[in-house]
Amino acid sequence: MTGTLPGTRSPAYILLSISAVIILWQAIAVFIVGNRFILPSCTDVLTAFLRLVVSGTLPEDFVVSMIHFFTGLGLSLLIGVPLGIIIGWYPLANRLLDPVIEIIRPIPPLAWIPFAIVWFGLTNLAAGFVIFIGAVFPVLINTYEGFQNIPRIFVEAGKMLGCTRNTSLIRYIAIPAALPHLAAGFRVASGVAWMCLIAAEMFGVSQFGLGQKIWWYYNLHQMDNVMVYMLILGFVGLFIDYLFRFGMKKTLLKWREGEVN
Amino acid sequence: MGSVEIRGITREFARDDGEQVIALSDVSLSIADDEFTSFVGPSGCGKTTLLRIIAGLDKASAGEIRVDGSLITSPDQKVGMVFQEYSLFPWRNVLRNVAFGLEMQGIPKEERYALARNYISLVGLSQFEQSYPYELSGGMRQRVAIARALATDPDLLLMDEPFGALDAQTRNHMQCELLDIWEKKKKTILFVTHSCDEAVFLSDRVVVLSPRPGRIRDIIPIPIPRPRDRTNAEFINLRRDILAMIENEEREEERIKCKSGYL
Repeated sequence: MTGTLPGTRSPAYILLSISAVIILWQAIAVFIVGNRFILPSCTDVLTAFLRLVVSGTLPEDFVVSMIHFFTGLGLSLLIGVPLGIIIGWYPLANRLLDPVIEIIRPIPPLAWIPFAIVWFGLTNLAAGFVIFIGAVFPVLINTYEGFQNIPRIFVEAGKMLGCTRNTSLIRYIAIPAALPHLAAGFRVASGVAWMCLIAAEMFGVSQFGLGQKIWWYYNLHQMDNVMVYMLILGFVGLFIDYLFRFGMKKTLLKWREGEVN
Repeated sequence: MGSVEIRGITREFARDDGEQVIALSDVSLSIADDEFTSFVGPSGCGKTTLLRIIAGLDKASAGEIRVDGSLITSPDQKVGMVFQEYSLFPWRNVLRNVAFGLEMQGIPKEERYALARNYISLVGLSQFEQSYPYELSGGMRQRVAIARALATDPDLLLMDEPFGALDAQTRNHMQCELLDIWEKKKKTILFVTHSCDEAVFLSDRVVVLSPRPGRIRDIIPIPIPRPRDRTNAEFINLRRDILAMIENEEREEERIKCKSGYL
């Protein structure tokens, strides 16, 4: 039985599942729904995509969204990692900051939108700020967790070898040891950032943006275009995650091979 | 270089219920330069605690440790340590693990790698200098750990059951290698072990500790010339005496109800 099936990693499965969904989608849209406002068909979306490529603003939208995304994610790393290190390494900092963090953390990032606008106006920075709020906590918490889980033996071995100052211990022992946790935090953060991106752009900080265009075309009742942007968001998100996993595997985490795989 | 003065070391721990437990009580001992000393004793006799205090990783409640006359209060460059657990940095390959201590001293890259390579070849792992710890067997990892501890050229080497996790054959092999290194490099070695056989095979003197509170019960010189033969009558007698001493301690604690027999 199994001998006749393609291997588990064969692209045949991907091809099969995607074409099945496309056929099903097309059939439902054309024969059951029959209304391209409620559910545009696959061919409608393809036509809309081609039309947008020729006369739309896809490149501008992509660039602006990337600016928002990397502003927010970059800020979250810039603040989340050092803060996570401080509360992870110094117990006093943890006791002082933890209550504040625990109170702010449950506030959904989108609840910050009014203040983002009041503080930064309708600018790219306002969108970046909302994304930052969403991404900073996964970064912070995972950095902290990573530091909490550093085996004591590594710190002691480091001390015996002359690595005794806190800054050296953090740099040479704690950060490398916590790197798998940091990577996990970064990955979760980029997922959250991607979700916040859309909401952040919907409140109109810019004329462009993948999320902004979804709302824009909804207001124009062009649901085929909405669907195009939805799919683009999905593919870009997938690509970012893939790029990230690939980069991690090839560089930072090669010493963990055999443990993870 | 590498003489150790242990003077009146007492270590008390506060248990969770607030009660004080005395792990070590007034332990004093002098160890000469280049001497190989083993510490044996039943679990809970404080031998690892004593080693950690000498390393500067733990603080004594009373008493002091001097290495070559200078007081030890925190980890010191004169003292190297090999741990029981695998302590190699998994994110560094063998070469960079061994070079770590030299890196901390600020020695330039080429120079420290050259020095590290000497120690890697000393433990016979030259082919593996680019390997990561997860790619090595248990015995190889401990060889790297020994090379890493030696690379900064400490006068005193502390070893906390370094071969405890190895199988018997690898263990015997590592003991011979360690003696070779000790003879070549001339270090003072303090060696904690559970195994009387290992202690008698390796040491100039075996220190037997007794538990609760941990104190020195006896110090037994091993006058047998090296290389030692484990089947030699004198070897067997010494081993039996030390084992009997430890079993006695454990029986007094009522943790062993039956006598396991000789050897």
